[in-house]
Amino acid sequence: MDFAFMRDAFVTLIGGVPLTLNLAFMAVGLGAVLALLLALMRMSGVKVLDWPAQAYVFVFRGTPLLVQIFLIYYGLGQFRPTLQEWGLWTFFREPYWCAVLALTLNTAAYASEIFRGGLQSVPHNQVEAARACGMSGFLLFRRIVFPIALRQALPAYGSELILMVKATSLASIITMMEVTGLAAKLISQTFRAVEVFIVAGLIYLILNFIITRIIMAIEWWLSPHLRRPPAVEPRLEAAHV
Amino acid sequence: MSNGVAALSSVTASDEAVPAVAVHDLRKSFGSLEVLKGVSLSAREGDVISILGASGSGKSTMLRCINMLEVPDSGEIRIGGETIALRKGRRGMEPADRRQVDRIRSRVAMVFQSFNLWSHMTILENVIEAPVHVQKRPKAECIAEAEELLKKVGIVDKRNQYPSHLSGGQQQRAAIARALAMHPKVMLFDEPTSALDPELVGEVLRVMRSLAEEGRTMLVVTHEMGFARDVSNRVVFLHKGVVEEEGAPAEVFGAPKSERFKQFISSHR
Repeated sequence: MDFAFMRDAFVTLIGGVPLTLNLAFMAVGLGAVLALLLALMRMSGVKVLDWPAQAYVFVFRGTPLLVQIFLIYYGLGQFRPTLQEWGLWTFFREPYWCAVLALTLNTAAYASEIFRGGLQSVPHNQVEAARACGMSGFLLFRRIVFPIALRQALPAYGSELILMVKATSLASIITMMEVTGLAAKLISQTFRAVEVFIVAGLIYLILNFIITRIIMAIEWWLSPHLRRPPAVEPRLEAAHV
Repeated sequence: MSNGVAALSSVTASDEAVPAVAVHDLRKSFGSLEVLKGVSLSAREGDVISILGASGSGKSTMLRCINMLEVPDSGEIRIGGETIALRKGRRGMEPADRRQVDRIRSRVAMVFQSFNLWSHMTILENVIEAPVHVQKRPKAECIAEAEELLKKVGIVDKRNQYPSHLSGGQQQRAAIARALAMHPKVMLFDEPTSALDPELVGEVLRVMRSLAEEGRTMLVVTHEMGFARDVSNRVVFLHKGVVEEEGAPAEVFGAPKSERFKQFISSHR
């Protein structure tokens, strides 16, 4: 093991972290919106909304992300004249946007199932209590259903976020120079695959360590009701009851 | 419809006043099971009505129809003189105007058997939620009032704790405070003590008794015979979806007319 080389490799590969995180957060951010939409479609009870959402989840969860990236990046190139006509070519010409699109569509399929599970786990009696207070529609969703569903879904959604950080490595095969892309390039220059991949793996490990800590902190902050109550309660008012 | 007539006749005595709640000829089926077979009931302002009946008699369903948690198949519900508009939908009857239902619900508070507090909010947040977000009242005012209400039900020291940190009796008292915070015209109680350990029933009944003494209009589905006898001014006994017996507690408990009610009383002694 050449530690001096590994240190240099580490410095080189760190340069890919911003793009790795950029791809991951773009995809997760956009995917979350799409996922919520899909989850609501699935739960709508309206067949023309439910079925397309089911089909979507089936296709994007059932095929490899690598295949999806290839199809979007290389496949759509075959329809260049049409895409140019629609003014979409500037978008699909960029490997960055192809990667973001593929990752977004993929994570949306998984996240919609996580959201659906969260939404379905909201206790009916708490929804009923809200209705009995005159809440309905968006107010009911925003104040009661969504906050409870979010708390249920967060642990699973955290691991989806981690999966996405790792999935960005696939973007390297469509020329994206994120951590894995830089690693592949460095290997082709130095032929020292083991050291470079150990360093690359280490960087993903560090990123995901930080992300899991952040998610744990959010979970902790959102779930005081699952912890024991504070031992000492301010009893000022109680004194003169 | 002899039961309906009997119920309505008690209204005519004071028909110059609009009843707080009037239910007329309510019918409701779940599939092939007919749960309510034409129930009528009327509550004047300040009435405390205990609704008794064996399980499956339709008493909870009737209560849940009053604030449209269940939509009746037919019949009429009037809250403070306002009739809830119903229409035929694709899946049976439905409210014609959702906003009317929301408006009426914000005036008819409900206390549930299993408390149904919102688990992600503190007790104080539970109490101010509807006043702030449904009634759009100023938050500071709601907080001050919520603290008064929590003081009244004896759990102000728990205001920053979560429902899961409280005993069943405390949770139900919090739920009563939440209901009171809406300044309801009518309060519905759906077996408020049935999910409680026996030693916790008393604290909830004490709060309910104090509300009755304030002159609040209350409809209480209960198995607590003591409450029905001592606190309510009227008792309605439902059996298989019809009103079998109705009247002042002294009168119905003293000299029950219906054989079913006699059996019911003796089995709940």
